[in-house]
Amino acid sequence: MVNTGVTLLGIRLDNPVIPASGTFGYGQEFAEFYDINCLGSFSFKGTTLEPRFGNPTPRIAECAQGMLNAVGLQNPGVEAVIHRELPALRKVFAKPVMANVCGFSLEEYARVSELLDAQEQVGWLEINISCPNVHGGGLSFGSDPKAAAEVTRRVKTVTRKPVIMKLSPNVTDIGEIARACEDAGADGISLVNTLLGMRIDVRKRRPVLANGTGGLSGPAVFPVALRMVWQVYNAVRIPIVGMGGVETARDVVEMMLAGATAVQVGAANLVNPYACRDIVSDLPEEMRRLGIERLEEIIGGAH
Amino acid sequence: MRREDFVVTSNREIARDICEMRLSGNTTAISAPGQFVNLRIDGLYLRRPISVCDWETGAMTLIYKVVGEGTARLAERKPGEVLDVLVGLGNGYDLHASGDRPLLIGGGAGVPPLYGLARRLIQQGRSVQVLMGFASAREAFYVDAFRALGADAAVATADGSLGAKGFVTDILPAPDAYTHVYVCGPEAMLKAVWQCAGTSGQFSFEERMGCGFGACMGCSCKTKYGAKRICKDGPVLRKEEIVW
Repeated sequence: MVNTGVTLLGIRLDNPVIPASGTFGYGQEFAEFYDINCLGSFSFKGTTLEPRFGNPTPRIAECAQGMLNAVGLQNPGVEAVIHRELPALRKVFAKPVMANVCGFSLEEYARVSELLDAQEQVGWLEINISCPNVHGGGLSFGSDPKAAAEVTRRVKTVTRKPVIMKLSPNVTDIGEIARACEDAGADGISLVNTLLGMRIDVRKRRPVLANGTGGLSGPAVFPVALRMVWQVYNAVRIPIVGMGGVETARDVVEMMLAGATAVQVGAANLVNPYACRDIVSDLPEEMRRLGIERLEEIIGGAH
Repeated sequence: MRREDFVVTSNREIARDICEMRLSGNTTAISAPGQFVNLRIDGLYLRRPISVCDWETGAMTLIYKVVGEGTARLAERKPGEVLDVLVGLGNGYDLHASGDRPLLIGGGAGVPPLYGLARRLIQQGRSVQVLMGFASAREAFYVDAFRALGADAAVATADGSLGAKGFVTDILPAPDAYTHVYVCGPEAMLKAVWQCAGTSGQFSFEERMGCGFGACMGCSCKTKYGAKRICKDGPVLRKEEIVW
């Protein structure tokens, strides 16, 4: 019997597979397709203090082996998440969930974190300082080590739950940002958010996305994401949640060998709603094929 | 909502750039006319959403316009080939709101879902009128098919080559001649009908989608009752909630 379990910051997961924020809503749509309790956990849609409509449409574009999105953090706001989404989630998901927190100021990050910290269902706070699709929020904190450290410190003062800082790949030295977060007290790092990109409609001679640019995800980004997980593993001692273009059980193994303790799956959920369930069910066979008995043993194993 | 394998049983051009594809497979996830499917197409990353024209136990018909790479590849699919399909997406039309004399209004590639709707309304004993708008006679399709169902079908073409010359709004009957409108077509047509329809109605919208089942927030729109996802809370919106 192979063992797919991993421990992420004190919480035991049945497996390391975690649908990524923004590709899994608050769980309800996928619960119509399958029993989502097979997942290690999932990271819910990035949540801000106030409800946000997000960017104008079109918000979605396509490319070879991937897609771009410029949703712009549409979410119902933290109060609706606490009073509507989490009670509804309780009916379909019995495990700790990862709460993805977004903000446009230090105060907002702290307030949303504080409110979600009080929710029993929340296992970890994943602090998104890397959204490329909004102005003045997200990435403006995630592209500067000092600002990233400041968000980390503020959030750490309002929560006792593990704080995972979600980093952007759109930086010169991701190791430096990760180290700044670690030094400021972060419990973990998750990476990568989407890569900034764009498409142009050649007939209209205008960007496809109403926002102009958007975040690239899907298998096209996997080697970039893997490289960055590798670099961050070399830069910090805290656990890493790796993501970016993961589609198969073998990709999960590869991410873990680069240094990830758990692995998030994003865009794959949107093209195959069963992607995470399939990865979870394929993992034991993949481990047997590769001679892995306990999945935890391979974390950082390629270094 | 469910993922199913469907086998192509026929796929042919029925008007200029308009193809009709028939498929066999499990259709039990489809619950209302106006719903859509999301097709996986080899070589393309995102699925392609296509409205369901009609369905029965074990079979469905899709009609699509070839406009881009996805639909061009779809047009090449041959009988016997298997497609990976997400079935039963979106809310679809509410048949209960029709009244005795519903008016169905479709433009171009927006006409197909009205066929399955018309068939069911007629089965329920409704007196169905259909207005169809096309660019020209060469793009027109299913006019006789609607009449064969027992619907009273009228056509408008932009160049006058079939039916009346002009738009569907030019042949709109007096408000006392119908009880409810069901509309599907390009946004400009939806808006024109919304402005001059004399009754309650349901309007089917289109938007570029990521997932097609409500997860990605790629196709959101603003309504009087807050943000809605075209793919999950739509594609059909009620007249009173639409914000232009």
